[in-house]
Amino acid sequence: MENRLSGVKRYFTRHFVQRRLAELIFVLLGVTFLTFIITSAAPSDAAEMYFLSHGITPSETLLEQTRQEMGLNAPVLVRYVRWLGEALTGNLGESYQFGESVFAQLSRKLPATVQLAGGALVVTVAVSFPLGIAAAVRKNKLADWLIRLISFVGISLPNFWLALILLYYFGVVLKWFPVISAGDLKSMVLPVMTLAIPLCCSYVRQIRTAVLEELGREYVTGARARGIPEWRIMAGHVLPGALTPIVTMICLSIGSLLGGAAIVETIFGWPGIGSMVVDAIRVRDYPVIQGYVIWMAVIYLGVSLLGDIACRLLDPQLRRRKGATADA
Amino acid sequence: MHKSKNKAAIRLGIFSVMALLLIGIAVCGSLLAPYDPLASDYTIPLSPPDALHLCGTDKLGRDVLSRILCGAGSSFFLTFVMAALVTVIGTVVGMVAGYAGGLTDSILMRCMDILLAFPGSVFAIAVTGIIGVGIFNTVAALALVWWTKYARLVRSMTVSLKDRDFVWQARFGGASESKILLCCILPEVLPQVVTMAAMDIGNMMISLAGLSFLGLASQPPAPEWGYMLYESRQYMQTAPWMMIFPGIALLVTVMVFNLLGDSVRDVLDPKN
Repeated sequence: MENRLSGVKRYFTRHFVQRRLAELIFVLLGVTFLTFIITSAAPSDAAEMYFLSHGITPSETLLEQTRQEMGLNAPVLVRYVRWLGEALTGNLGESYQFGESVFAQLSRKLPATVQLAGGALVVTVAVSFPLGIAAAVRKNKLADWLIRLISFVGISLPNFWLALILLYYFGVVLKWFPVISAGDLKSMVLPVMTLAIPLCCSYVRQIRTAVLEELGREYVTGARARGIPEWRIMAGHVLPGALTPIVTMICLSIGSLLGGAAIVETIFGWPGIGSMVVDAIRVRDYPVIQGYVIWMAVIYLGVSLLGDIACRLLDPQLRRRKGATADA
Repeated sequence: MHKSKNKAAIRLGIFSVMALLLIGIAVCGSLLAPYDPLASDYTIPLSPPDALHLCGTDKLGRDVLSRILCGAGSSFFLTFVMAALVTVIGTVVGMVAGYAGGLTDSILMRCMDILLAFPGSVFAIAVTGIIGVGIFNTVAALALVWWTKYARLVRSMTVSLKDRDFVWQARFGGASESKILLCCILPEVLPQVVTMAAMDIGNMMISLAGLSFLGLASQPPAPEWGYMLYESRQYMQTAPWMMIFPGIALLVTVMVFNLLGDSVRDVLDPKN
């Protein structure tokens, strides 16, 4: 036993984390390179944008001279390495639009988005777990049908339309919440609802499936035969068993939350990085777009790495099976 | 078992008819529309729904119902273009990666990892922002992230298929690699790809409409659902019908395609 445990631990520390970190670095290099390539393929370049943002229409010779000074005529790979070096020290350039450093701008606006996404995630988990479990327990009864019907409509709802409807009903008709965000708790309610409702609906469906799958296993029948109360089977065995797919799902939804935040923040005027990047796109503020994409990728990758580790901790079977094949 | 299979087939039939009906409406939208979707009538701007204009009019007095009917065409067309793009690219890359294995496989898979590292819609928004605003740019940007899902599915199926007996028999029979891919692997992979695409098409439509809602896709004045919703934002207080009806059209369409997707899965998936 002691031997096997230490084997697992060794595998965990030596192979898994190292392999995942190596993958992470590789993917990050790819992400930054891809972003850089796409940006440099854009029709207007940094020199031109610099002048335009200062209200100057530059002549061709002036442009050429500035390009030379900014090092824009060097081969793409050279520029990428130079840019990457800067990026690693935290310097992602300056916004064409505001002249502020992209890093400062991102770190100033990120908390608002995290607040929104975090709020939505908390609401989603709090609502969808009871509903998903209820639907599974009352399978094919009225409650199950109702929950499934509503969640089906919910996953077909376009989130931007949902935002408009909520805004219209609760903001314009009932006047419960402000139409334009003031950044306080009250203006957070509608954006959080917009993000949480579709997410809840897909969670309910998946939790229902995961719980039903666990309920169908033999140990549940065995536990019932031994007279263990239903709630103890549920809380002690079924839920922990169903947790692994759900944790994976939560990690995956961080991506859709961050993406969805762009649209929702724009509609509600929430001052996060989502509305920031949509504004930046309108005026072709490339350094801001670049910085945003890279930060998002880093956050997303970090969260999925944590999710993988959490799954391994939760599911001893996965740990042992994968450990055995990798050691063999 | 047999009975539930039958039921699934009936459901598939019903939803296929509904989807075909919607496609029919989208194709003949301009014939069904009671008014010219581009004709503005300055005497009746922002008028609420009545007998003449069932869904009201917009800021230029254009009939909202006509705009919804005519806008359906471009929404459907773009969604199908995108679905075709992602399934074809995904299937080809997936089969090649899975069948070739080794270095080719590793390189292709790592490229997919890189694309998967971006939250989908974020990347699409950024790509559209960089390559410029336009309908086909949004399709390209979304397709660029979306195909990886299909490639992964096809690759993992190909890996397990390529050592099956019937593939080896074809190989011993002297079939060329491309023939094996086309005649042995593709028919096995296709049902899964079709299922995935059918379940995905509603999401594609929402994502495309979402980008045009952000003002990144269509150029006015041509009607398009996402852009109509974008325009309706300013008139939320005075003309809510401008946002309610295009949204309902989008919701109903997505629901029909999602129902169709579910029933396609029930019929094709051997597990059910």
